[in-house]
Amino acid sequence: MADVILESQPDINADLSSDQIQQQDLQTEEMLVNMGPQHPATHGVLRVVLRTDGEMVLEAVPHIGYLHRCAEKIGETVAPYQYIPYTDRMDYLAGMNNNLAFAQAVEKLTGLESEITERTKLIRIVFAELNRIASHLVSFGTYGLDLGAFTPFLYAFREREYILDLFESACGARLTYSYITVGGVTDDLPERFVDITREFLDYFEPKVHEYNLLLSHNHIFIKRTANVGVITAQEALDYGLSGPVLRGSGVNFDLRKQPGSGYEEFDFNVPVGQGEKGTVGDCWDRYIVRVSEMLESVKIIRQALDKLDGTEGQETLHKKGKTLKLPADEIYYEIENPRGQLGFFVRGNGSAIPDRVKARGPSFCNLCVTEKVCEDVLLGDVAAIIGSIDVVMGEVDR
Amino acid sequence: MASITLPWVQRDTEKLSNYREKAIRLLAFIALAHIPIILGAWFLLDPLSTKPADLQDSKVLLVPPLCLGSIGGMLLFAGAAFAIYAYELIGRVLSAPWVAFIIFIGAIFGIVIGVWLHAEILMTVQRDWMPAKETSVIPFVGIEYDHTVQSIYQNNLEGKSVDFPLIGAISIDTPILAYLMFPLQFPLVRDLVAVGGIIGFISLIPGFGIWWERKVAGRIQSRMGPMRAGGWHGWAQSAADGIKLAFKEDYVPPGGDGVLFRLAPYITFIPPICAFIALPFATAWVFRDLDVALIFILAMLGIEVMGVILAGWASNNKWSVYGAMREACQMVSYEIPMGMALLIPVMTAGSLSLTGIAEAQSGGFWTWFVFVNPWCFLAFFLYYVASLASCKRAPFDLPESESELVAGFLTEYSGFRWSMFFFGEYVAMYVVCGLAAILFLGGWMSPFPASSAEWFIAQANIENGMLQTLVKSLLAANPIWFILKATFLFFVQLWIRWTLPRIRIDQVLYACVQVLLPATMVVLLGNTLWILGVSENGLNLGWLIAIDGIINKILAAAGVLTLVGIVGIAAYGYRNNKKLVGWLAVDQLPGK
Amino acid sequence: MAPEEIAEILKDTFGASITDTEFESAHPRVVVAADAWPEVAAFLRDDDRLQLNFLRSISAVDYLEDDKFAAVYDLASYRPGKTDSDAWALTNAVAVQVWTDRNDPHIPSVAHVWRAADWHEREAYDLMGVIFDNHPDSVEGLNGFHPRRILCPDDWEGHPLQKDYAFPMEYHGIPAVTELNQTRPIH
Repeated sequence: MADVILESQPDINADLSSDQIQQQDLQTEEMLVNMGPQHPATHGVLRVVLRTDGEMVLEAVPHIGYLHRCAEKIGETVAPYQYIPYTDRMDYLAGMNNNLAFAQAVEKLTGLESEITERTKLIRIVFAELNRIASHLVSFGTYGLDLGAFTPFLYAFREREYILDLFESACGARLTYSYITVGGVTDDLPERFVDITREFLDYFEPKVHEYNLLLSHNHIFIKRTANVGVITAQEALDYGLSGPVLRGSGVNFDLRKQPGSGYEEFDFNVPVGQGEKGTVGDCWDRYIVRVSEMLESVKIIRQALDKLDGTEGQETLHKKGKTLKLPADEIYYEIENPRGQLGFFVRGNGSAIPDRVKARGPSFCNLCVTEKVCEDVLLGDVAAIIGSIDVVMGEVDR
Repeated sequence: MASITLPWVQRDTEKLSNYREKAIRLLAFIALAHIPIILGAWFLLDPLSTKPADLQDSKVLLVPPLCLGSIGGMLLFAGAAFAIYAYELIGRVLSAPWVAFIIFIGAIFGIVIGVWLHAEILMTVQRDWMPAKETSVIPFVGIEYDHTVQSIYQNNLEGKSVDFPLIGAISIDTPILAYLMFPLQFPLVRDLVAVGGIIGFISLIPGFGIWWERKVAGRIQSRMGPMRAGGWHGWAQSAADGIKLAFKEDYVPPGGDGVLFRLAPYITFIPPICAFIALPFATAWVFRDLDVALIFILAMLGIEVMGVILAGWASNNKWSVYGAMREACQMVSYEIPMGMALLIPVMTAGSLSLTGIAEAQSGGFWTWFVFVNPWCFLAFFLYYVASLASCKRAPFDLPESESELVAGFLTEYSGFRWSMFFFGEYVAMYVVCGLAAILFLGGWMSPFPASSAEWFIAQANIENGMLQTLVKSLLAANPIWFILKATFLFFVQLWIRWTLPRIRIDQVLYACVQVLLPATMVVLLGNTLWILGVSENGLNLGWLIAIDGIINKILAAAGVLTLVGIVGIAAYGYRNNKKLVGWLAVDQLPGK
Repeated sequence: MAPEEIAEILKDTFGASITDTEFESAHPRVVVAADAWPEVAAFLRDDDRLQLNFLRSISAVDYLEDDKFAAVYDLASYRPGKTDSDAWALTNAVAVQVWTDRNDPHIPSVAHVWRAADWHEREAYDLMGVIFDNHPDSVEGLNGFHPRRILCPDDWEGHPLQKDYAFPMEYHGIPAVTELNQTRPIH
């Protein structure tokens, strides 16, 4: 199937031999095209081999691994708190969430979870949700870019800049934070952080409506995305999709709403694809789920900031975090990352260094549906579909 | 392990300074070499003291190239040598904002005003100095011409002063001007001067257009755009890009069709320039006032497509082939609605000549064809949408859509060839906008009726002939109006590009073939019947004429309101530049 | 439903195929014999009580001392709420561990049960070397069919996550930069 594609890549100039033309007058030739790994619409080093007939894409086979950095092998050589910076490099657009997932997995495995203070938990939620907004902003902006709308991209980055400034004030880094670590967060919040974050939220909330006016309800945008790349709820579950891609298909499932997620006391909604502009599970639904989730994250952050006021003075970094011994046991723990369910499988062997670390990347699992969705679509739709799945290749390839 | 050396990266500063000195020496030598020519010509011809009447025609012809031309050449080469010698100083002077600003504005308006003045002089010469037709033949060239320099000078001596628009009435007794005027009587020389003016204007379009596009995009995206090159708002960015592109590697993809690959940029680049042959800037401001100017320009824009298809085919790249295929699909779908939409003003004016169409709209802005009746109003928008597709501009930029086709037909191009495609694209954009301005927005006619100039002169009691000419040309008809209108439509193209997403190929075909084409047919039919009902030679229906008048006034008022609205919003935005407005109103930016 | 109950249901249905259970762990799991695993998987997905319709992850683990590989399948059941607007609930969750011999690691593929398993199995083969038989995207290698590699190049030798894996010093003429054999980058 896919191997045949790899082995036979005909030269386009050799396609039209005179014999063939004489045999069949109006025969169109199928053409194999490499979309990527250096292609503007594949969001990194994703390579999709397209079998096309004119503008129609008959088959799209994704090939990954161009950014493989042995993240799991590295996990077997360093202690958990040393591994935190490597998790940043997986989903580099949502470093906080990745740190959180690994830190919580290790804390659950070692029983440190019960010693995490209330303030730490709230700070983690604030940062995870801020990073969710930042990540969805990139997703929103680059999706516009995929469809030829350049301007929303810069609007999104303008707002993301404020979030990165907030992160920088807290941990000094703007992309790879390593802020949330095993046992807590590396430092307490800086001065005026809560006030400035509130100001940012006041500023940011109306911006989402601006995005909706500019892009979401643009007629051309709807024409490009509605009814394109439909994934039904059944398919979404079968392919193990998660996050906005799953919710865009109408499955109202969010790990943050499940018991034990730490979000029990927060009031927020889970946006679900309604098929408002087309079919449930099309590209527009996946897109609008992300845009709406930004507003829900704003709600969560506001509530968390209110609660933070009452927790002044609590310890945020547990000293045990650096001297942990992992028990000879294993755990699989998932959290809701901006792109879906990010899971870490950690197996200890009694020493400080884990025996096995496995990351279940949401981008990796979401990407596997490409082959199914990109059947019999137009060439322009491939960019729309890959953009709506919103993969980060750093996490797909790990 | 073998080490890799990159010899072309290592810079030998000594070598470079050698080259610089050599260049200075060479240029200075060429400049000095002019001096014997100047001295010899001056000695032989003695242009200042000899009266032109005493000269032979053949000698008169030699004066401009030998005396004036060699002085110009000497200055040019000496200037180039100085520029290389003192490039740091020049860079420092140019980086001062006000100098850059003056140069930039001067370059834009200088050519326009220069061409304008030149045309006025030509017309004045025709009118005042050449009343009598005398023909003689230049002995060794064999070209017929109207006047000898003696007769020009004789007319001048008889006390016929010349009324120039800006300088005023002057009588000339120094022969230098006569020498300058003399060659202008030959049609070939006049054509060359006109071509110089047109090429000068055309070469400004991409430079200014690309810089302006980047500034507009910057403002739309709440950033500044280019700010460094040249000093004042990055005015020299296009020039800097052009220099960079000219020095880039000249790459021809192996396995592609090298000949077609090299040919394609020219086929894209030349036709839009040729379109300016027939595109009038004002009455008599046209290189060739063709009767079928419209058809000619459409044909030229149609040829441009061939270059894109060739480029895609010859690149030996699958993405390029996609770009070429898309361009071919797009062309067959937009050309027909575009051509049919253009027939509507032709029908309304009753002329295929662009000059004739524009002059039919000279009675104030309410007689512009966009407002004249509802069908023409629709036709304007149909044409504008089709023209976006014809220029490959967003939302129809499918042949080069970078997020789908990498860069489409441009993928394999680099350097100078690549910049030629862009040159052609921006000139074509200006041509379609100029067509829209002439056909629908009154061309070079001012928004006021032609009689308003007379009225204003009478009211303001202007007696100076120069001022009267100025008022007449500004209030009635002037190429400046044409350039303003075309540039505004050009701006709208940029505005659309940075606002809208791209349409999919099937949607482009659907929009052009199934929406635009039937719509233009309906509009064409409607316009035919409307004109039949309204015109005096036709049915002359009284009620329809009344409705026509009302709709005309409503549309004109709506147009004015739209313009006022756009300007108002822009002014409001400019005044609230540092604040957020509307729903986004917050007292301050976060964290500040 | 607690993992213990799921294990009971499985034991009732499949008996000896459920070789072991592990509930003391932070990761409660049921150990299933490799031969019976596809049937068990289909049962887990289709049974009305279980409906484990979501495969979260497949983690292959190398037990070098025991000379075994384990593939751990994390399964979950997402069920819709009573009305359309209700949140879906994660009702059951259980992990299934399948052991295989380290020298001849074969586990039947379950990609036909959960499509999600397709890429997870390819990844587990690529990085750990567990061969999933009857995988839909198989290619023929020296020792019969195996899933196509996914992260490493198709001609990569070895499986990097194995505990006794030795990093190649060279790949297609590209020298490996390791701490032991440091090759300076070219300036």
